[in-house]
Amino acid sequence: MIRDITLGQFFPGTSLIHRTDPRVKIVLVTAYIIFLFVTGNFVSLGFMLAVVLFGVVMTGIPVKMYFKGMKPVIMILLFTSVLNIFYGKGEAVWQWHFLKITWNGISNAAFVSVRIIALILISCILTYTTSPTDLTDALERLMKPLKVFHIKVHEIAMMMTIALRFIPTLLEETEKITNAQKSRGADMENGSLMKRLKAMIPVLVPLFVSSFNRAYELAVAMECRCYRGGNGRTRMKVLKIGITDIGIIIFSVFVLIGVIICNLMFSEMIVK
Amino acid sequence: MESFISIKNVSFSYGKAAVIDNISLEIEKGKFTALLGHNGCGKSTMAKLFNALLLPDEGTVSVDGIIPETEDDIYEIRRKVGLVLQNPDNQLVATIVEEDVAFGCENLGINPKEIRERVDNVLKAVNMYEYRKHAPHKLSGGQKQRVAIAGIIAMKPECIVLDEPTAMLDPEGRKEVTDTVRFLNKEYGITAVLITHYMDEAVLADKVIVMDKGKILTQGTPDEVFSQAELLKKHSLDIPQSAQLVHMLRKNGIKTDTLPLKPDECIDLIKKYIKTSEQ
Amino acid sequence: MSIIEAKNLNYRYGVRTPFEKTAVSDVSFSIEKGEFIGIIGHTGSGKSTLIQMLNGLIKPDSGEILLEGKNIWEKPKEIRKVRFRVGMVFQYPEYQLFEDTVYKDIAYGAVNKGLSGNELDEAVRNAARFAALSEDLLEKSPFELSGGEKRRAAIAGVIAMQPEVLVLDEPTAGLDPMGREFLLSQIQKYHKNQGNTVILVSHSMEDIAKISDRVLVMNKGRLEMCGTTENVFSQGERLKQMGLKIPEITYIMNKLSESGYGVKKGILTVEEAVRELLPLMKKS
Repeated sequence: MIRDITLGQFFPGTSLIHRTDPRVKIVLVTAYIIFLFVTGNFVSLGFMLAVVLFGVVMTGIPVKMYFKGMKPVIMILLFTSVLNIFYGKGEAVWQWHFLKITWNGISNAAFVSVRIIALILISCILTYTTSPTDLTDALERLMKPLKVFHIKVHEIAMMMTIALRFIPTLLEETEKITNAQKSRGADMENGSLMKRLKAMIPVLVPLFVSSFNRAYELAVAMECRCYRGGNGRTRMKVLKIGITDIGIIIFSVFVLIGVIICNLMFSEMIVK
Repeated sequence: MESFISIKNVSFSYGKAAVIDNISLEIEKGKFTALLGHNGCGKSTMAKLFNALLLPDEGTVSVDGIIPETEDDIYEIRRKVGLVLQNPDNQLVATIVEEDVAFGCENLGINPKEIRERVDNVLKAVNMYEYRKHAPHKLSGGQKQRVAIAGIIAMKPECIVLDEPTAMLDPEGRKEVTDTVRFLNKEYGITAVLITHYMDEAVLADKVIVMDKGKILTQGTPDEVFSQAELLKKHSLDIPQSAQLVHMLRKNGIKTDTLPLKPDECIDLIKKYIKTSEQ
Repeated sequence: MSIIEAKNLNYRYGVRTPFEKTAVSDVSFSIEKGEFIGIIGHTGSGKSTLIQMLNGLIKPDSGEILLEGKNIWEKPKEIRKVRFRVGMVFQYPEYQLFEDTVYKDIAYGAVNKGLSGNELDEAVRNAARFAALSEDLLEKSPFELSGGEKRRAAIAGVIAMQPEVLVLDEPTAGLDPMGREFLLSQIQKYHKNQGNTVILVSHSMEDIAKISDRVLVMNKGRLEMCGTTENVFSQGERLKQMGLKIPEITYIMNKLSESGYGVKKGILTVEEAVRELLPLMKKS
């Protein structure tokens, strides 16, 4: 059933990474991604890959799930690899008409692939171990300084929460309406693109109408619960940087220093 | 009896048609009141007048002595009178049960430690504690509605108004919700107003008010109200089948002294009359 | 010949996911032409899945559904035709309204079926009559109607397809007693006048008791009981174990009968109960 889809693919757990403060996770993951793109040689890239694989093991989530997370980008991965393989410079290892493969091309392809894989793994670690609520919550708090620029941080976070809350509800509703219209003989699978688009109208109109009703009722419900915007609001969950968080931050700093050292020491190996 | 909400000569209309037509009534403190009537009789409007979501065109609504005049009065009234709505899906805000229950308290600016305590307590009170980490959309209708009630109770209101909370639920969900309301009323002493069109739910209340076309048709204890079978029938309102049966037996010359509202009472009563006839 | 025959239906949800669950398991029954069937069961008992199999919205994993003797999945490409013959009214059907006038909305299914001209007009007006919608409402926007009218307009939209079997899932959910009473009487009228087969799914035992000839009881995906309404409701204890509550009046009379008083079990209405009780009581 459609309602069983998991949003943000959060896998509840109790690992160290699960327990880490979501703000810390977001900041570290962002730092990791930046370093991933700055890294220019195989040694430091290999080091970063090792770090992320270590992270994957630490989460205690089946490796199968990470492969699943990789699935949607496999095409992109193959495409960029192929492009890189054939666009390398230097002496050809293998040639057929205008197509030639060079060592440079192969190493480029490997480098880019590893970089993409590491990128996906690190984002998977973040979304698999942090609930969507915690993510929005952490974002709200991290973005707080943006208030100076008159950005409505609380409102944006509230919108994200409500969206997360209602996506499954609306999906379920779409399924219901589709079934009802199919029962009235709506044909949504056959015919030209135009015809199929037109066949969506009987689903979209009711969906819009009901979304408006839901929005109105939710607003009333929020008013009943004394909602007056972000001012004067407290939160039940207090995010606190604990000893484990500090440990993880220190560990990450060492890792990042390691990456910088690798970058400097093996600069002659930089792939261009 | 001390009254908590006091309504005096209140009229209200959306546009031209009067929805509430010069009504006066009292909601007594600590009591469980049921407000009955057809769809469109004005009972939902009444609910919104109770917590100052709507303000009357004429007359006064006073809640615990406060007559809503300023923004602060309205805020104060909403803290005292919690409102639970009909559609359980459209009143839960957060993606996790306990976060949703905390929402109201967070709006009130209560400190985190106390919110945590209150949330745990109310979730236990409505029997949803083991679901505290669940996502609302995976719960049954009755469970969602109990979470909504918990979210209101966590704000520690003195009165809880429920606007047809059971209309969209199956019989099991209905029972869960009415049991919860009764429990909160009896154990916590919260003034409860249940708006419904199910007669079997109204029977559970201390007092029943029947509305029809923006006016009060009749009010009193369930016994008093349901004994007026003719009046209720004339306005196509149901009465419990137990009461209906005894009422029809009475019309056929069986003069019973009481009017049972629950099936087991009815069985005992009928047995009494059959036995005496066999002796 | 029976109009619908179900043979050993099985269906599982979410196969090969952690949410795998049996929804319907080994269900067989047959329904005669012109019968009024009630289906009852706890939420999650599989009754929704079952009725969605009847018009081909869900394809059973195994087993077959015969419509007038022919397997509906014989030609999967033509499953749409089955939906015109087995009309399905879902719970809260007013959510399906979308056209700019009530008339057009009622006509939607009939147009999909291929009706046009006078035939279409007649089908729409007939359906509107069964749903007790007056002529002047037909040109209004469906979103201007009252709650009860919307519900009836949506039902009319299914009736207009002139199905041989009409399936209604909780048609009275959320209506007040007056609206419920009225809608049920309209359904009853439709059944009488058209002589069609009607299948009513409901949580309201009172409604089922009032109008169905036969009752199917679903429990945990299985067809637990199947018999005349009196027969099924006289077994109050068994229904209670499945989490179903028989009508109050049936409960009272069953209890009296069990305590040795000479009254029938399976009484369905207050009037019947009075007729049973009066001779015993008037002796005084």
